[in-house]
Amino acid sequence: MTLGAPRPRVALFVTCLVDLIRPRIGFAAIRALEAAGCAVVVPAGQTCCGQPALNSGARAEATAIARRTIALLEGHDAVVVPSGSCAATIRVHYPELFEHDPEWLARAEAVAAHTYEIMAYLDEVRGWRPDTALSGTATYHDSCSGLRELGIKAQPRRLLNHVEGLSLMPLKGAETCCGFGGTFCVKYPAISNAIATEKAAAIDASGADLLLAGDLGCLMNMAGKLHREGSPVRAFHAIEVIAGMGDGPAIGEAS
Amino acid sequence: MSAAFSKRVDAALADPILKIAVERTAGTAEAKRAIAVDAFAQFEDARTRAAAIKDHVVAHLGYYLEQFEAAATSAGAHVHYARTADEACAIVIGICKAAGARTVARSKSMMGEEIGLPHALAEAGIGRVETDLAEHIIQLADERPSHIVWPAMHKTSEQVSALFKQHHALPHSEETIPAMAESARRHLRQGMLGADVGISGANFLIADSGAVCTVTNEGNAELSLVPPRVHIVTAGIEKLVPSMGHAVQLLRLLARSATGATLTQYTTFYTGPKRAADPDGPDAMHIVLIDNGRSAMREDGLAEMLRCIRCGACMNHCVVFRQIGGHAYGGTYPGPMGAVLTPALDGRAASRDLPNACTLNGKCQEVCPVKIPLPTLLRGWREKSWREGLEPATMRQGIAAWAWVAQRPRLYRLAVRAAIFAIRRFGRGWITALPLAAGWTAHRDLPAPDAESFMSRYARGER
Repeated sequence: MTLGAPRPRVALFVTCLVDLIRPRIGFAAIRALEAAGCAVVVPAGQTCCGQPALNSGARAEATAIARRTIALLEGHDAVVVPSGSCAATIRVHYPELFEHDPEWLARAEAVAAHTYEIMAYLDEVRGWRPDTALSGTATYHDSCSGLRELGIKAQPRRLLNHVEGLSLMPLKGAETCCGFGGTFCVKYPAISNAIATEKAAAIDASGADLLLAGDLGCLMNMAGKLHREGSPVRAFHAIEVIAGMGDGPAIGEAS
Repeated sequence: MSAAFSKRVDAALADPILKIAVERTAGTAEAKRAIAVDAFAQFEDARTRAAAIKDHVVAHLGYYLEQFEAAATSAGAHVHYARTADEACAIVIGICKAAGARTVARSKSMMGEEIGLPHALAEAGIGRVETDLAEHIIQLADERPSHIVWPAMHKTSEQVSALFKQHHALPHSEETIPAMAESARRHLRQGMLGADVGISGANFLIADSGAVCTVTNEGNAELSLVPPRVHIVTAGIEKLVPSMGHAVQLLRLLARSATGATLTQYTTFYTGPKRAADPDGPDAMHIVLIDNGRSAMREDGLAEMLRCIRCGACMNHCVVFRQIGGHAYGGTYPGPMGAVLTPALDGRAASRDLPNACTLNGKCQEVCPVKIPLPTLLRGWREKSWREGLEPATMRQGIAAWAWVAQRPRLYRLAVRAAIFAIRRFGRGWITALPLAAGWTAHRDLPAPDAESFMSRYARGER
C-alpha cells in the first residue's frame, strides 16, 4: 500500500449464510478490508449466489440468480467474498452458465475476473498483513471449493501466522471434505454424518483450541458435530480471527 | 433418496467390518499413490498427455477401430462388434459353443461384469473359473465386485479364510496370507490348465499392431489365456490407443494411480493366436469390441468419461465411497466414475441418487490420471434429472420457490427475518432439534442465527 494510492472500491458479497446465521463474519470482513486500505461497499440488493440451485441441477434458476448478481456486482474494483465456495460459484461457474450467451458471458467473465475469496484478496492482491492478536492454538480446515477451484491454501495460513499469539497446529486430513456439501448434508444425512464424524475426530486429535476455516457452511457442519460430541473445540471463520474478533462468541455460542 | 439406495447405504454404514476392510485397502492405496506421484516428477505433464491421447482416440474412434481391426485380422485374430451387452454375451457364448467349451477360465475384467458375462455363461451351462484371486473370492462368495481394482476389497482376510476352508479341496492350515494365497493357487491352477477357453478384458487395444494389452499382478491372465484352445477378449471401444508408445504412456499412470506401484507385475501384449513357430498359445483369438452406450456417451456430453483407464483412484480418494463401499452404488462401477457411468449404462431411474450422493469436493478430479472433470459430469447428470423432472417434487418446488425469492431482495429480507424468528424459537446458541432440518439435527447441533441479519444491521448503519 503506497501512500496516496487510490483506495480500491471493493464490493463485499457477504453470502446468504453469513447474512442469516453469523453477521459478525461480514463485519469482520469489512474491518479487515478497511484495514487493508479498501473502500468497502455492500451492494444492497444482494441475496445468494445461487449455489444451491446450481448444485441441484436447476440451471435456469441458477442462471436467473447469476444474472442479477452479476448486474449488482459490476463496476467495482473488486468483489470480495468471505467464502471459497461462493467465490468459486461467481468466478468459475457463472461463466459456465453463459457459454451460449456471448453478451452475458462477457459480463460474467468481467465480474469473475475481479472476484476474490477474502483471504486470497487480502494476501495476494493487497499484500496486507494483520496486526491483530489472539493467544491460543488453532487448526485450519481447507474447504474443498476454495482449495480446489481457487487454490486457497497458503493465503489464510500466511495471514493467520501474523496474528500475534496464535499458533497453528496441523490437522490430519485438512484437505479431506468435511461432509457438508451444501444440500448433500440434508439429502444424504447418514453419509454426511459418517464423514463429519471422522473429521470431528481429526480436529479433536489436533489438540487445538480453535477450529478455523474459510466457509461458514463447512464450519457449521464441523462445529455442530464437535458440539454434539461434547468436544471443547470452538470454531470461528478465519477472517474473524484475522480481523481481531476472535475474542468474541464462537459459532454456536449465544451472543 | 430412493428406498433402494437408502437401504444399501444404511446396510453399508451399519457394517463395521466393511468399514475396516475398505479403510485398509483404500487407505493403503491412497498413501502409496501419494508416494509414487511424489517420486514421478513428470506426473502433471503425463496426465495432460494421457488426457490428450484419450481425447484424440475418442474423437477419431472410427479411424482407429478400422486400423485395429485390419491389424488384428492380419495377425490372425477374429474381430467382432457388439452394440449392446446382450449382443456381446451372445457372441462370446457362440464362440464358446462352437469351440465345444465346457469350462472357461476368466481373467478379471470389468467389461465382463458390465455385460453380465458370468450370468450368461451360467445360463449357457458353461463352467467358469475366475482366476484373479479377488474374483475367485467373489465367485466363492457368490457376490459382485465392490471395487474395479480390488473386487473383494469389502472382505477381510478372516472372511476369506473361512471361504477357502469351505470350498478348497486342500485348504490352508496356517492362518497367514501366504498360506491362503497358496491354497488359492493349488485350487486355481487346475482350473486354468483344464479350461477350453480363456476370456479376458483389455487394458489397451493397440490400433497399429492389433495387439491386446492386459495388466495383472498375479500372472493369472497369462496362465488362463495361453494354455486354452481359444482366447476371447471383451473390450470397450474406448480402450483403443494409436500405438504401443501411447499405451506405455498410459501404463506409467495406471499402476501408480491404482496401487502406487511403478508398473504392474505382469504387462502382456497378445497379438493374434499361436503362430507356426510359437511353442504355445491358443489356436484361435477372438476380439469382441463392445459399444454398450459408449457412442451415445460421446455424443451426450460424456466424451471425457471415455478417457477413463479404470485405475480406481477416484473411488479410493472419495469420502463417500470410503464410508459406503462399492456395493451401495448398485451398479457395475462404484465411486465417482461409477456415479457418472451407471446412469448411462443402467438408466437414470435406477441410479438417480448416484450423481447427487456426492459433496462435489473435487478430490476425484484432482487425483484422476486422465483429468476427467468428474464433478462437472456429475453436475451434468443433476441438470438432466432436473430438466426431466426426476427430482422429488418437494425438492423441485423448494428450490424453485427459494430461487424466486432470491431474485426479489425486499421479499428475501422478509424471508430472512421470518427464518431467524422461526429458528430462534427453538433455541439460542446451539439448537439440538429443528423440525424442518431434521436431516441436520439428527446428527449435529445447529448454531442459532443471531437476532438480526447482516444486511439489516448494515442497513441501520452498523459497521
